[in-house]
Amino acid sequence: MSTSQAIGSEKAIKVMSQSTQRNNAIYARRRLVNGFNMLAATLAMGFGLFWLFWILWTLLQHGLSGLSADVFTQITPPPGSAGGLANAIAGSLQMTFFGILFGTPIGILAGVYLAEYGERGWLAPATRFINDILLSAPSIVIGLFVYEVYVVSVGHFSGWAGSMALALLVIPVVVRTTENMLRLVPNSLREAAIALGAPQWKVIMYVTLRAAKAGVITGILLAVARISGETAPLLFTALNNQFWSNMNQPMANLPIVIFQFAMSPYEDWHALAWAGALLITFSVLTLNILARWFASKNNSTH
Amino acid sequence: MENNQYSAHLKRQMLLDSVFRVATRFFAFLVLAMLIGILISLLIGAMPSIRHFGWGFLTSSEWDPVTEQFGAVVPIFGTLITSFIALLIGVPISFGIAIFLTELCPPMLKRPLGIAVELLAGIPSIIYGMWGLFVFAPLFGEHVQPWILENMGDLPLVGFLFQGAPMGIGIFTAGLILAIMVIPFIASVMRDVFEVVPPMLKESAYGLGGTTWEVVRYVVLPYTKTGVVGGIMLGLGRALGETMAVTFVIGNSSIFATGLFEAGNSIASTLANEFAEANGELYLSSLIQLGLILFFITFVVLSCSKLLLLQLKKQEGRSS
Repeated sequence: MSTSQAIGSEKAIKVMSQSTQRNNAIYARRRLVNGFNMLAATLAMGFGLFWLFWILWTLLQHGLSGLSADVFTQITPPPGSAGGLANAIAGSLQMTFFGILFGTPIGILAGVYLAEYGERGWLAPATRFINDILLSAPSIVIGLFVYEVYVVSVGHFSGWAGSMALALLVIPVVVRTTENMLRLVPNSLREAAIALGAPQWKVIMYVTLRAAKAGVITGILLAVARISGETAPLLFTALNNQFWSNMNQPMANLPIVIFQFAMSPYEDWHALAWAGALLITFSVLTLNILARWFASKNNSTH
Repeated sequence: MENNQYSAHLKRQMLLDSVFRVATRFFAFLVLAMLIGILISLLIGAMPSIRHFGWGFLTSSEWDPVTEQFGAVVPIFGTLITSFIALLIGVPISFGIAIFLTELCPPMLKRPLGIAVELLAGIPSIIYGMWGLFVFAPLFGEHVQPWILENMGDLPLVGFLFQGAPMGIGIFTAGLILAIMVIPFIASVMRDVFEVVPPMLKESAYGLGGTTWEVVRYVVLPYTKTGVVGGIMLGLGRALGETMAVTFVIGNSSIFATGLFEAGNSIASTLANEFAEANGELYLSSLIQLGLILFFITFVVLSCSKLLLLQLKKQEGRSS
């Protein structure tokens, strides 16, 4: 009796230890798979950061040596002589300014429609959809469009054409952020204003838009960041210019000067291109960070 | 008297109200009209080439400005293959970054790392191009390419892909740089959709003893499937239309490339290189037709992406 009991329990222990072993093997494998995949995810993160820092490092390395006061005071030189990027910087600033000036009001008003009147009807959903597509549409096609409708009819490349192309890029960015920011404004604010008898246009202009001001400004900053680095839409609208020019002539601008100088075989042009690249990248990144900081500050006061 | 004044005031405000509404409606419509305008103007610009070449434009691989023979096969193929390489490299990396940011990252680092990845998207594309041409291509051509050519050039079936001269630039380099450029877009969409997974679902899976990977693979991923695909399509849309970075490093050759390391051409880089100097109506309108084709392809891809993301949003609304 006691022996058979002992044999039985021995068997049970054996079976149990077998299944524990099997379980342990499964656990080990699952832990291994998990560890491997999590390591891969961490490496992927490192991979992304690696390129960011490599590119920034390269820019500092090549750009800082070319950066001097001349860059801001002299105009773009012919190969072999000294010069700077003054006319290109001024051209970029002018075109960005006018691009924002034309694009922002259109974008804000369209965004207001989507957020305040866009509950019913076909127009608002369609516009929202198309706007999101335009947001990522290839910018070179925008350049082609402006070439077709403006440059061809005027007969020459010009700074205005460049600003037009940039304005078309600004609109979707501003529409998107304006709508999102207006939607964050609590309805009780609108109701309070309407209860006081304010007409709807006053409610929107003086209450909701004002409440969403910081968000809208964030959108504009992001739009400036987006267009100040754009090259493709300027290729066949503003073209380029070796000299100072007004808005009605082909106009020098940083991205295209960088493109032209970098593709050339001349060493001194390369140095200027790197200096321009450094300038443009750091202003764009600063704008991006500024916009985010602005947005987060706004959120925390709500 | 006073009553009259009030009603006049009221009338004016009502008028202003409707003027304001109509004005905002008009500008919203303008955004819609912009898309239609782009399509129509490109179509008109491309008309001479459409009439002259017909469907042959899409099947001919000849691109010769001197004899005015134009076909779109090489640029279309170049656009598609570089974008495909970009997704092949970019999607797993973005997935890893999204997992890291949602599951592994210490909360303190979450924001700075998220911003760092998004800054990668902020760098202008011309900078990627310059960096690729002056820094990456020489290193790649000198140290990595010879090794690949030597060891993989003789492989059966895929060996022909890895032949060519180690120049550093070419289709593969363009695809790799595109991959770096689309990573931030795909990664941030993936991170955003991973964050909408209800914590209860994830916690239930953890409670059953699942590992982090199992939770991501069998709970988070199935839940966000449509959003993930939408994000990938968004990245694809970006990669297809990218101009300057590709123009710098693809090598600009209008001859059909058979290997990954050979020079090629994409639609956008052809436009960037040749448009300003194109003379002759047929040349110009062929280039515009290329632009139209590019716009059409990206429009379809981006629409799919948008529809998928909208679907996820609906699903999210239903389950909560």
